Amino acid sequence: MARIVGGLATSHVPSIGGAMAKGLQKDPYWAPFFDGFAATHRWLDDVKPDAAVVIYNDHGLNFFLDKMPTFAVGAAPQYCNSDEGWGIPVLAPFRGDTKLSWHIIETLVGAEFDPVTCQEMLVDHAFSIPMELFFRDKAHSLPAVPVVVNTVQHPLPSLARCFKLGQAIGRAIESYPEDIKVVVIGTGGLSHQLEGERAGFINTKFDKVCMDAMSGDISQLTRINQHDLVELSGSQGVEVMNWVAMRGALTGEVRELHRNYHLPISNTASGIMLLENRPRLAQAA
Amino acid sequence: MNDGATTTGQGNAHAEIFGTPIFGPALAQKGYALNKMCFSFNDAANRAEFVKNEAGYCAKYGLTVEQTEAMAARDILRLLACGGNAYYLAKFAGILGLNMQDIGALQTGMTVEQFKAKLLAARDN
Repeated sequence: MARIVGGLATSHVPSIGGAMAKGLQKDPYWAPFFDGFAATHRWLDDVKPDAAVVIYNDHGLNFFLDKMPTFAVGAAPQYCNSDEGWGIPVLAPFRGDTKLSWHIIETLVGAEFDPVTCQEMLVDHAFSIPMELFFRDKAHSLPAVPVVVNTVQHPLPSLARCFKLGQAIGRAIESYPEDIKVVVIGTGGLSHQLEGERAGFINTKFDKVCMDAMSGDISQLTRINQHDLVELSGSQGVEVMNWVAMRGALTGEVRELHRNYHLPISNTASGIMLLENRPRLAQAA
Repeated sequence: MNDGATTTGQGNAHAEIFGTPIFGPALAQKGYALNKMCFSFNDAANRAEFVKNEAGYCAKYGLTVEQTEAMAARDILRLLACGGNAYYLAKFAGILGLNMQDIGALQTGMTVEQFKAKLLAARDN
């Protein structure tokens, strides 16, 4: 059976892609962000996951408002990045795992989640940048399953619903018959707002609540409605929904191994987290 | 940003959040053509066509007069009021060569330096 080894989270600001392409990782502006990945790299080198499930939101690359799924799951052998219109480099294709994808889809529908299924899907910076940040030279060979959550058009799914989606994904992975190690990733956030007279809004207190809730009391987040979430996190800070879904997929004993918080990266308060997941049965054995 | 506050399906029960358009049913319908045009900017050939003839490109996508004028004026707040979505408008900002601090400054009436200082000041919150 497959095992969920842990959860990872990171912000996915487009300009991170530009900084990587220009080799600015040690630049004084960028170093406090990129240095935050060293601990995750050591952990990944040690744990060596065989696959990743990446929960993120599309920013108008694959999905437009003509057909806007609340939840979508990739089921493609390969996922291409493409021109997003704002001048960041297009990254090489990523590898899929159709067998794991369909197992997750079948389990989700069985659990009364009804995602859109995508046998072709472009992946934008919210998928591609975290893959490269975490997996570096393995980013394009590690099999991945993209899961898309609508954070663009209200009504958005509630945080409670996102958490339950994550729980269902967790159960899907745990019932997958292959003996593989899976890491679950949530991308986006933390607080930021791009538009309106409140542009530039950042809420460090709420960001701490979000990070603490990942290994603490998740109901601190799942009880918040979407309108209040916009107020607390900013219009785009709502992407923490992807973090909450990731946390939901960690079905065992969860321990925080690392966090990094730095602002600003572009207009965003950036957060990176590493959560270990110890299956309850294995712990008892 | 009162559009939608009184429109069916826009979450009427909630108080408005200062300076924060909620991109829901009302704005999503109002801004559909505008956002569809901005979505087309994912393609370099479309960006080039827009730059060559902005008004003609807006007409091709069926933008309203108000939306077309707001595009010409690079008036981000008005584009938002016309139903523009931040993620799609960001592709227009890409054409203009503006980054998110430039866009933030334009919307808040600050200079770019003031806006950057505001972001930094959030560290002390």
